[in-house]
Amino acid sequence: MNRLGRMAWGLVLWEILSGMALTLKTFFGPKATINYPYEKNPTGPRFKGEHALRRYPNGEERCIACKLCEAVCPAQAITIEAEPRDDGSRRTTRYDIDMTKCIYCGLCEEACPVDAIVEGPNFEFAAETREELLYDKAKLLDNGDRWEPELAKRLELDAPYR
Amino acid sequence: MAKVTVDGIEVEIANGSTVLQAAEAAGVEIPRFCYHERLSVAGNCRMCLVEIEKMPPRPQASCALPVSDGMVVHTDTEMVRKARRGVMEFLLINHPLDCPICDQGGECDLQDEAVSYGRDDSRYDEGKRAVAQLDWGPLVKTTMTRCIHCTRCIRFSTEVAGVSELGATARGESMQVGTYIQKALSSELSGNIIDLCPVGALTSKPYAFTARPWELRKTDSVDVLDAVGTNIRVDARGAEVLRILPRMNDDVNEEWLGDKSRFAVDGLKRRRLDRPWVRENGKLRAASWEEAFAAIAGRMKAVTPDRLGAITGDQCDVESMLALKEFFAALGSQNLDCRQDGAVFDASRRSFYLFNTTIAGIEEADALLIIGSNPRHEAPVLNARIRKRWLAGGFAAALIGTAHDLTYPAEQIGVGPDAITALLDGTHAFSATLEAAKAPMIILGAGVLARPDGAAIHAAAWQLALKYNMLSAEWHGFNVLHHAAARTGALDIGFLPGEGGKATSQMLQDGVDVLWLQGADELDVAAIGAKTFVIYQGHHGDAGAARADVILPGSAYTEKDGTYVSTEGRVQSGFLAVKAPGDAREDWRIIRALSAYMGHALPYDSLQDMRAHLAATYPLFAPANAFRRFAGTDTAAPAGDVSAMSDAPFVPVFETYYQTDAVSRASPTMAACIAAHAPVVAEAAE
Repeated sequence: MNRLGRMAWGLVLWEILSGMALTLKTFFGPKATINYPYEKNPTGPRFKGEHALRRYPNGEERCIACKLCEAVCPAQAITIEAEPRDDGSRRTTRYDIDMTKCIYCGLCEEACPVDAIVEGPNFEFAAETREELLYDKAKLLDNGDRWEPELAKRLELDAPYR
Repeated sequence: MAKVTVDGIEVEIANGSTVLQAAEAAGVEIPRFCYHERLSVAGNCRMCLVEIEKMPPRPQASCALPVSDGMVVHTDTEMVRKARRGVMEFLLINHPLDCPICDQGGECDLQDEAVSYGRDDSRYDEGKRAVAQLDWGPLVKTTMTRCIHCTRCIRFSTEVAGVSELGATARGESMQVGTYIQKALSSELSGNIIDLCPVGALTSKPYAFTARPWELRKTDSVDVLDAVGTNIRVDARGAEVLRILPRMNDDVNEEWLGDKSRFAVDGLKRRRLDRPWVRENGKLRAASWEEAFAAIAGRMKAVTPDRLGAITGDQCDVESMLALKEFFAALGSQNLDCRQDGAVFDASRRSFYLFNTTIAGIEEADALLIIGSNPRHEAPVLNARIRKRWLAGGFAAALIGTAHDLTYPAEQIGVGPDAITALLDGTHAFSATLEAAKAPMIILGAGVLARPDGAAIHAAAWQLALKYNMLSAEWHGFNVLHHAAARTGALDIGFLPGEGGKATSQMLQDGVDVLWLQGADELDVAAIGAKTFVIYQGHHGDAGAARADVILPGSAYTEKDGTYVSTEGRVQSGFLAVKAPGDAREDWRIIRALSAYMGHALPYDSLQDMRAHLAATYPLFAPANAFRRFAGTDTAAPAGDVSAMSDAPFVPVFETYYQTDAVSRASPTMAACIAAHAPVVAEAAE
């Protein structure tokens, strides 16, 4: 009897119906997907995207070649060379990040005493060749100039927790 | 001896030692900034505070407190920690905390101790002290705002370097360390204050902002820019030697290093020979090793063996000189000489050409006669040892030759060999001093031996040593002070004219048709016969390379595993720190390759075989015999006619300290030193 009842219940296709009901419910609900690249997910202030070297408002580059980011980098993606600039200040002559080595851990920006190297909100820097991902100082400073409003905002939002 | 208990560890230590030394003997580390074991005690940083039982209940500065028997010292109590934290807070009040831009970062005593005793924040809201930058010349960079007034630099320059240029003005917070009037430091040991400075106030100017200590690959080596055999550490990054620091060796350099040896390192990157060159139609052209070998082999086979000659330079390692010697022996030539200055003297016994007293032995001497040498320029670290002996008291020094400021009083008792004659007669005033001395010593400059009457003066100096009891079973007071690092090693392996062989001067005057210069740049290349085929094997494009017909690029001392014998006869090895640039190779391997090319293959082709062969042929290079101090028991005098001495006054070997060899001549830093000190030299000459 019990067995016959279970077979009859099976013919009702209850699982299919409940599945279809969920589909129907979601069909009228708000969408979970976005229409990338026309729409983008929001990112938090601690999002670790493409690197940038920042400048002071007067245009002076922040990086002082202390090499702490180079030392802390677990992937050894950063290479720095430095020498005294003509005015005697300590500046880098070379600041390279191998973005193919980088694991986007963010330790470089945590180590930086002057907020020079930061990881910005940009994650759309895929390239066709490997060489394009070997960033040099000019590229990083250019990133900084381009993203400065966002970078400054990010740091400001995260400042209470640092 | 006093029994002292430090943190429960009982140690026995000599009376008069300090509590800090007792703690060190017990293996307990006490933080310190101003205390340094080779300098006088200042007691002004107050970091070394400890607690001592049965003394007034307050922290005691352990560096300045003598031990007494039964003392019980605690270095890690709450009182001590609190006191040290307080001291650290005071020290950091005026310290700028600019570690990220400070070159001392990563090797800074203040940084290290702040980890243990520093607060994580500052309670000091007032303005910090700022001090003007000072210009101390091209070697030492100053950032006096970082200074914590330990006075180590002042004490070093006054006590060890013997040049009272540094001092402090004002007191307390206003105290400033400086040179009073703006000037470049004139000491040859000024670089050591960089090592001594516990903070980043004094850093190396040529090395400024170049690298961090954690990036550097550290290799132990031996300095070859003078003959003292200073133990050094070569710090390199990638293929570049970035700096050279002294290593501690109480028997040789204590922990000092001369400025030339320390700062000429940028000369290793410039004017390098990094590929073979062959002269064609009067012009040098870049060539391959094969072409260079073919040119050499063709020329060498065309002349008889007695027309082949070889001269080695001042920085060669023993291995390459031995390879060259055996290569020439295989070719059948006896024309070898390591004395490129043209010196001819009796080198048949080691004690004839060594610094027999040894550098550490200087401290046992009580009278010193310097003949024709300026140890301050030829061996500054050794000169510091003489000064140390003079400071201890009961020491008389005299000088025959040009008067110099040797940093200790040395009476000029003559300018030429006539003073030696007077001393031999016993008619000279200094005779009485030497007569009364228990351990007198003579330093004969190697420059004297290069004079035409060098052998005579050599013999006369030995006669002096005999006359004034400098040779006994316990004491050997006869010393030759070399300035070429390779010379002693070359003499040890007998790189000298063989039976019927020609010496340097004869080889130069058309005595040979093919002349092999192994790093020899200090000879008069203009004197080489116009028809002579010159092969230059070396690392720098200097005088020798300019005259060469074939250039074989070799390695500098940082680029090879080499053995060197210091002027006191100490056999030491340096290790390869970086690879030689371009096509350059280790020197003995070049000769090994050429010997095989010419069908006289030398019987070794690895460094191990080479060293084993060296030790087997010359037992003093066996590790067990590496250093032995001679007793002056064999008094047989060196060959030389004392009466043949001329009256010509002794002249200094070096006109200046800073540029004396191919490496330092290529160094911009050394050129800057010459420029910085030029006016002073000009004034002195007037």
